Amino acid sequence: MNVTVDVNGQERSADVEPRLLLVDFIRDHLRLTGTHIGCDTSSCGACTVLLDGEPVKSCTMLAVQAGGHELTTVEGLARGAELDPVQVGFHEEHGLQCGFCTPGMLLVSAALLERNPQPSEADIRWAISGNICRCTGYVNIVKAVQHAAGLRAARAAAPTEQVTAGAPGGAE
Amino acid sequence: MSVEARPHGGIGESIKRKEDARFLRGRGNYLDDVSLPGMLHMTILRSPHAHARIRSVDTSAASAAPGVVAVVTGELMAQHGLAWMPTLSGDTQAVLATDKVRFQGQEVAAVVAESRYAAEDAVGLVQVDYDVLPAVTSPQQARGPGAPLIRDEKEGQRDNHIYHWEAGDRAATDAAFAQADRVVSLATHYPRSHPAPLETCGIVADVDSVTGKATLYMTSQAPHAIRTVFAMVAGLPEHQIRVISPDIGGGFGNKVPVYPGYVVATAASLLIGRPVKWVEDRNENLISTGFARDFHMTGELALDAGGRMLALRAHLDSDNGAFFADAQPSKFKAGLFHIVTGSYDIPAAHVTADGYYTNKAPGGVAYRCSFRVTEASYLIERLVTNAAIELGIDQAELRLRNFIPPEAFPYRSATGWEYDSGDYPAAMHLALEKVGYQDLLREQAERRERGELMGIGLASFTEVVGAGPGKDFDILGLRMFDSAELRVHPTGKAVLKLGVKTQGQGHETTFAQIVASELGIPAADVEVQHGDTDNTPYGLGTYASRSTPTAGAATAVVSRKLREKARALAAHLLEASPDDLVWERGRFSVRGSPDRVKTIQELSLAAYTNLPDGMEAGLEGVTYYDPPNMTFPFGTYAVVVDVDRGTGVVKVRRVVAVDDCGVRINPMIVEGQIHGGLTEGFGIAFTELITFDQDGNCIGSNFMDYLLPTSWETPSFECHATVTPSPHHPFGAKGVGESATVGSPAAYVNAVIDALSPYGITNIDMPVTSDRVWAALRSRGVGE
Repeated sequence: MNVTVDVNGQERSADVEPRLLLVDFIRDHLRLTGTHIGCDTSSCGACTVLLDGEPVKSCTMLAVQAGGHELTTVEGLARGAELDPVQVGFHEEHGLQCGFCTPGMLLVSAALLERNPQPSEADIRWAISGNICRCTGYVNIVKAVQHAAGLRAARAAAPTEQVTAGAPGGAE
Repeated sequence: MSVEARPHGGIGESIKRKEDARFLRGRGNYLDDVSLPGMLHMTILRSPHAHARIRSVDTSAASAAPGVVAVVTGELMAQHGLAWMPTLSGDTQAVLATDKVRFQGQEVAAVVAESRYAAEDAVGLVQVDYDVLPAVTSPQQARGPGAPLIRDEKEGQRDNHIYHWEAGDRAATDAAFAQADRVVSLATHYPRSHPAPLETCGIVADVDSVTGKATLYMTSQAPHAIRTVFAMVAGLPEHQIRVISPDIGGGFGNKVPVYPGYVVATAASLLIGRPVKWVEDRNENLISTGFARDFHMTGELALDAGGRMLALRAHLDSDNGAFFADAQPSKFKAGLFHIVTGSYDIPAAHVTADGYYTNKAPGGVAYRCSFRVTEASYLIERLVTNAAIELGIDQAELRLRNFIPPEAFPYRSATGWEYDSGDYPAAMHLALEKVGYQDLLREQAERRERGELMGIGLASFTEVVGAGPGKDFDILGLRMFDSAELRVHPTGKAVLKLGVKTQGQGHETTFAQIVASELGIPAADVEVQHGDTDNTPYGLGTYASRSTPTAGAATAVVSRKLREKARALAAHLLEASPDDLVWERGRFSVRGSPDRVKTIQELSLAAYTNLPDGMEAGLEGVTYYDPPNMTFPFGTYAVVVDVDRGTGVVKVRRVVAVDDCGVRINPMIVEGQIHGGLTEGFGIAFTELITFDQDGNCIGSNFMDYLLPTSWETPSFECHATVTPSPHHPFGAKGVGESATVGSPAAYVNAVIDALSPYGITNIDMPVTSDRVWAALRSRGVGE
């Protein structure tokens, strides 16, 4: 079957088996390997992507179900060299260790902040509770999302000024 | 950032991590991200039975399925001498079963196909005819009369017993018990758990059909040791094996052993002449790869009337599964369990252990733990709290009365360990102050008046990590040193190559910080490389909190070697005697003439451009560091819980952690490690269980049954530090990755036991689930 998906702002088309899982489409057909597979049972959230802005577990969807929709993967979070606030927050607050859960965590966090720009700790813990992290114990992930909320607020207040301080890998 | 001075990034600075840059952008390179031209995909057929004789394996239908390139059976592996392989404990393990299957999930055959989907389709077409045998699912059953013999293929093996092992002084211990006023005992099961890193295990095996060179991308915490094991298993020449561990999505001990899938995929690539990828799914990971714990333990503590500990007896029965595949040094059959005297000055101790085969998955790995110190720490800390309750002495006070005093270090324990340094009362006092212990005791008394169940749990763990002195510690005979190679380029930038391998611990940042302190090159200018055996010096890998004690020490030592060469270069350039030069971070100056200076960057250039006569060019070195002793991190954890007397639900209210891991390289990263360990300890204590029914069916084989802590139930953590440097480590560090998994389970469970102690409840086996708490309360008539 042919499937056409808007992936990170680009239209991508492929001929796929109807049974192909969305996560395999993303990883193997599109070669966007930032989306990971951790459990096969929708339990861990390593495969989380955004479908029309909402987090979905791509191991539990068929590729053809994503046809005609907008998909955002971790590779689509940054705008060029400018990292998304959640990416900056995770770096600044040491919200990642092995990095395997990180793409999913970043995406659910970004979706949370879209609909709730000033979440409480409980809001954050609830939002990320479908994503398992084995390394961090979540405390620093909560701080990272709070940090990102602050950055977003700062960007909204000064829309022309780029707030990218501390972006890893950038010019120091 | 441009106006701000760059941080130097030396030891003690919480600089942000270098490795984040790729992970945040989805640009990590994990095993499953490796894709080679012409690559095939492998899926393993696993046994549905825990114990069964194989009558026949019919691969005809699978071989004929679309996209299938080969079906590999035990018989085929046997033709190449690869049906069995050695384990890390010197036992043997079936690669693909030929005679019997011995646990549910055991590898029976493998399908290699053009795609993962094709391989998964075909694997179900392999027909295996089994003759089902009775299963053995516990050590008690394994040693019972009429127990089926699991390892009938082993010559001389007449029962399911693997080893008997003892440590300490039985006579002295018996004598001390005879004198004791009180004896407190505890029997408890440290249940089978699984490290369950979020990334499962896998391999891409690429054996070049022309040159014969095998490039093996593997999820390995110990790539060099694995290369040597592969050379021994497969008979491949070691120089033609290159093991590459790409980014690893968590290890926690699960990625130390060699698994059958690695061997089969390599053999398949060799036979077919194309790269072969095998990546476990989660079910395979949980049912077949290195589990942890499964120790049935009994302990007895002898005390005098004043609460002074006199002696300790401990016995454990270890459930090793179908193959003795524990990852641990060859001299320590029960791991480092004899550290069981913990933080206490106990004059006499005697420890015995027996290991048994059962029809369960093999591979007792040290899950975020230094070779079974976790179980030992759990037993003594549970015993001490129970003793405090039985004797009516405050649990903090009983600990303080019996701690090894700070002035007694180096201290030799009754089972023979020489503890390097410690200040246990300092960590305890800080924990009590931070948690507000006295106020909590008052609150608890008030709540008890009202019939409410509130508990305060303490654990004052001592670890033994950093294996090791090579004379005592080895893996299959390979001495447990580790290595660092430092190359400083002419412009003063450096590459550091390590024999250890990060799985999220942040080595690319922290090891650069060691160079920054020791050689003065800013951490940002030091690239750390690891995980490629063709490109790094030999080392034993990252587990058992050993990277900082061994490879960290090697990094300091090699940096100091280069600093001495830089001193000679500075003397040449400054026309001064080397003895007249003063080192401060990153520069030499002439004593008394502080304006006569050469920076490490200038000296690096000189090493390639302007050398004194007779000096070799370059500023490079390599060090293999064999530590003189283990290191002994310690700490006190305090946990506060509230237990619902009607439902048995335990709510963890506070977790205060005081850790002393010696000098901290990067406090931010250290604290992150502690957070992770406290969370994994929380899971072990309250939610995670791998168990088996009477037929050996694994319960806990996916993340819907094996419950890892999520953000919703995981508590917040309050971390604090004391610093007692290791006297023998070059910069005083001890290692920290595992402290919290080792120390925290006892603190969590002690809190629950403390809450339930008014009702005489002294033990609930982990995981302390609400139904177990409810049953314990009901058995005492509470909550009815």
